[in-house]
Amino acid sequence: MLASLYLSFCKYDLHRLEWVGAENYRRLLTADPLFWRALQNTVVYVAISVPLGLAGSLAIAVLLNQNVRGQRLFRTLFYLPSLVPAVASSLLWLWVLNSENGLLNYGLSLAGLPHRLCPRWLEDPVWTLPAFVLMSLWGVGGARMVIFLAGLQGIPESYYEAAHIDGATSWQKFWFVTIPMLSSTIFFNLILGVIGSFQVFTSAYVMTSGGPGNASLFYVLYLFRNAFEYFKLGKASAMAWILFAVLLGFTMIQFRQAHRWVHYEGGDE
Amino acid sequence: MSRLSPLRAGVVYLLLAAGAAVFSLPFLWTVSTALKTPENVFRSPPQIVPLPVAWDNFAKAWTALPFPTYVANTLFITVVATTAQVLTGSLVAYGFARFRFRARTPLFYLLLSTMMLPSQVTMIPVFLIWRQARLIDTFWPLIVPAFFGGGAFNIFLLRQFFLTLPREMDEAALMDGAGYLRIWWSILMPLARPALIAVTLFAFLAHWDDFMGPLIYLNSPEKYTVSVGLRMFQDSFGTNLEQMMAASLIHIAPTILLFFLAQRYFVRGIALSGIGGR
Repeated sequence: MLASLYLSFCKYDLHRLEWVGAENYRRLLTADPLFWRALQNTVVYVAISVPLGLAGSLAIAVLLNQNVRGQRLFRTLFYLPSLVPAVASSLLWLWVLNSENGLLNYGLSLAGLPHRLCPRWLEDPVWTLPAFVLMSLWGVGGARMVIFLAGLQGIPESYYEAAHIDGATSWQKFWFVTIPMLSSTIFFNLILGVIGSFQVFTSAYVMTSGGPGNASLFYVLYLFRNAFEYFKLGKASAMAWILFAVLLGFTMIQFRQAHRWVHYEGGDE
Repeated sequence: MSRLSPLRAGVVYLLLAAGAAVFSLPFLWTVSTALKTPENVFRSPPQIVPLPVAWDNFAKAWTALPFPTYVANTLFITVVATTAQVLTGSLVAYGFARFRFRARTPLFYLLLSTMMLPSQVTMIPVFLIWRQARLIDTFWPLIVPAFFGGGAFNIFLLRQFFLTLPREMDEAALMDGAGYLRIWWSILMPLARPALIAVTLFAFLAHWDDFMGPLIYLNSPEKYTVSVGLRMFQDSFGTNLEQMMAASLIHIAPTILLFFLAQRYFVRGIALSGIGGR
């Protein structure tokens, strides 16, 4: 870690090491439009995919927890995509999202959308990020759902009975029993979701190489390129530290906010 | 939970079935493509059921690239690294769960905080060390890190599990003259089997899946792992999509197989990790 911090203040191309002070940081923050583009792409991606993913996984978990038959079968079906290795899932989605012969646009055309109006997912910069969001929902939704389901099954039945006797509707039970009782699990999924999504790399590397027009140039992809394609190891180290600072800052804000809404069973904070 | 009214049950099943279909379709689509003859792959509207079934796509994909070599490489790395990770990880977890020593609590928090640390921060110096040692393009950089405790997440999970095991058993064994390593190996490890299996599965999947590691460290094609090899497949087989899908399925198969063999450990392990967040 210290080596990385030291490197981030150097210019190093594997041959010559030169101390440049804060130059790497200064250039990244003031003179590198691609850095900001990558950061922006990543933040937008995280800001859409994480909340959407949490809500979706929670919804499925709540449905599955309704005393349904075939719970195991459904759970397996939702969980299987989480097992697919990243390169394989990238190749799979490359084909699903294919704008001419892909499954998704075929589905849209069956639903009545004329072919010329179908999004050209990975060729149109506007639709590229949404395509990555879709893929991430598919890829990690199941694992989060299993965690939520475990959390749901830990809520004592008597709480619902008490709410029922007090005349609560299902909706009220959800908001005033389920959500507070599940808040620590939601919090856990939120923190890990943000940290994980911030590091999106393989899918962008395999599917689009950051294109079209840098629309899927994510932070870690840009970092990887600086380090192992352009061999700007000092700059890449500086990027890694900025990433760490961003994640740490975010996590600390979340932990500070947490006491307002996260309820720990049997704990007084 | 109380029984559902028929109407609500219907809505719940409908939503679940729709969701499950959406989650399964991309996968079924891949299987279908992998079994199509080349001329049927790009048909419009798409052919849903592959007829005639082209089973030989798998054989072609298997031989088109040195796939057996990739699989052997990946299995070697995965098995060695997973074994090392589980053994050393459980030893560290044993230490945290059973021994009082100075700075135990700060050390444990330090360990947990590394979960927040993006791997990219250490990636570059670690790369430079391996380069200095002239071990780039060998399996060493992908295997050796596993011998150092195997990651905060695994240690945390195993420690939580060890804490649930009664300490009296350790003490009884100590009376009977067992050493600390003996207690770890003969008493705690057998009892922690469910947690160990879960950790083994997660570690196996992580190594099998790993892409950035092999991408950085391996240069010669004969040393590639499946994930990197598959990426190369993509470049050389742009048009033979059915073979590419077959190759992807070969990459996916072991993970699904493992899941079905050990489903309940998986689910418990994931649940344990979530509850660990409390």
